[in-house]
Amino acid sequence: MNITEQQVRYVADLANLELTEDEIRRFTHDLSDILRHIDKLSELDTSGVEPMAQVLFEADETATLRPDREAPPLSNQEALANAPLSGQGYFKVPKVIER
Amino acid sequence: MSIDSIAGLTIDSVREGLRSRAFSATELAQEALRFAEAENPKTNAYLTFSYERALQAARRVDAKIAAGEDPGPLAGAPVAVKDVIITKGVRTTAGSRLLERYIPPYDATAVTRLEAAGGVIIGKTNCDEFAMGSSNENSAYGPVRNPLAPDRVPGGSSGGSAAAVAQGTAVVSLGSDTGGSVRQPASFCGVVGVTPTYGRVSRYGLIAFASSLDHIGPIARNVKDAALLLGVIAGRDPNDATSAFAPVPDFTAALGGGVKGLRIGLPREYFKDPESETAGLIAKALETLRALGCELVEISLPTTEYAIAAYYIIATAEASSNLARYDGVRYTMRSRRADTLADMYRRTRDEGFGAECKRRIMLGTYVLSAGYYEAYYLKAQKVRNLISQDFARAFEQVDAIVTPVSPFPAFRIGEKVDDPMAMYLSDIYTITGDLAGIPCMSVPAGTTSEGLPVGMQILAKHFDEATMFRIAHAYEQAR
Repeated sequence: MNITEQQVRYVADLANLELTEDEIRRFTHDLSDILRHIDKLSELDTSGVEPMAQVLFEADETATLRPDREAPPLSNQEALANAPLSGQGYFKVPKVIER
Repeated sequence: MSIDSIAGLTIDSVREGLRSRAFSATELAQEALRFAEAENPKTNAYLTFSYERALQAARRVDAKIAAGEDPGPLAGAPVAVKDVIITKGVRTTAGSRLLERYIPPYDATAVTRLEAAGGVIIGKTNCDEFAMGSSNENSAYGPVRNPLAPDRVPGGSSGGSAAAVAQGTAVVSLGSDTGGSVRQPASFCGVVGVTPTYGRVSRYGLIAFASSLDHIGPIARNVKDAALLLGVIAGRDPNDATSAFAPVPDFTAALGGGVKGLRIGLPREYFKDPESETAGLIAKALETLRALGCELVEISLPTTEYAIAAYYIIATAEASSNLARYDGVRYTMRSRRADTLADMYRRTRDEGFGAECKRRIMLGTYVLSAGYYEAYYLKAQKVRNLISQDFARAFEQVDAIVTPVSPFPAFRIGEKVDDPMAMYLSDIYTITGDLAGIPCMSVPAGTTSEGLPVGMQILAKHFDEATMFRIAHAYEQAR
């Protein structure tokens, strides 16, 4: 299957990526290439096959539950340490609502 | 034993050196750091050296020895850690410009465990950006060169971890494998690389690429060291709900146990190019296994040819979701061209991600988008189930499966960069193991006429790493 430049722009928007015109042309070509290979899957009859989302192993139903004990979380200071901009114990971002 | 030849050390020889007081852990750490730093311009295997942390770990080992306590199974061994595995206080970049200044606030469980066992982390290794790649050319910090052939790639994405061990600057290293990223570079660099059963090693602190496929795995110069390191990092971790409860055996206990009578499956779908030099070397390795008493059985894994397609849907879908967090809010980098929140997200991601990450985010977003979810994502999950069932049926007949790791040895830097599909196809023999979640490994099986290493892949049943190691070790000793 071929993907169009218009679709690439739409997907870039969904993915929150700002692409250059150059990247749009390149990804239109690359993604078409990859999707043509992927189309191979339609040859395969998968009716009645369960989708497999994860490798799962036998375990007791409550095995992943743990005792509800208090433990110190990551401190506010540590959580903010890698923020490009922070203040008053919060992450700071550009304004969200435009007037 | 002295530290003159760091490149030849093993976990055992380090322990022996410490025990006999030939050197202290601190002396070894200093020497290893000096050696790794001097060698690094040749390969670009390391992105960061962790001097302070290494010396602290080494001093702890020395203090334990001085107090007459057991310094642990990895005591004093210089270890390199792939830069997608986070280390508290030590910069972790994931090979990305986006995380150039990222200092993690906690340690990955594998890191905690290997230091508790006496391991000394000397540095963080180069890799493809967010572990996406098969050649290490997708790193924002430049490619890694193969220590055995400097004009060639070391493989990827754990290229730096494989190169560090091959070069001898680390005794063992940690890599991560989502579609072959431990085994393929191990095969290209002539070292041992292990992808354990999915869930065997906690993913806590592994920067996520595709969570249902991601594994942390050891790289070493011999099978015993790889088995030992896996034993140290494996086991249930409450911080990773997908980590397995299965008890962790002593993986080194079965080594040397002999392989007579073991049935080894050879899937015909993996031997389609019998004229290649790689196939010739694997055929020779199989003769060695036969001479050791293994029974070789031809089998079929019929869904194999669909694996690449299924993998690149599932892995990119998960990646597009996992990489959504790099939006300029929390992780160090933010575009300077952002006046509104929406612009900040988009421009930070545009400036931060390299081409391959963007390509995979785009593909993953596309296959999950309205109207395509069933045709692509759901279909791929069903095919994943068929691939898994192929293996389950095969393991009713055989104890292990042997294949080549890669259809070809290390290729030249630049050879495949412009053709993403050709690059993806180089993972054709390794992605199936990740999709099924079974343990698999690469063990060196000789070199081509050009001196390039080729790896033999051994795959085993879920949680049966012991059989896999037993076969690998028997072959390694007999070769």
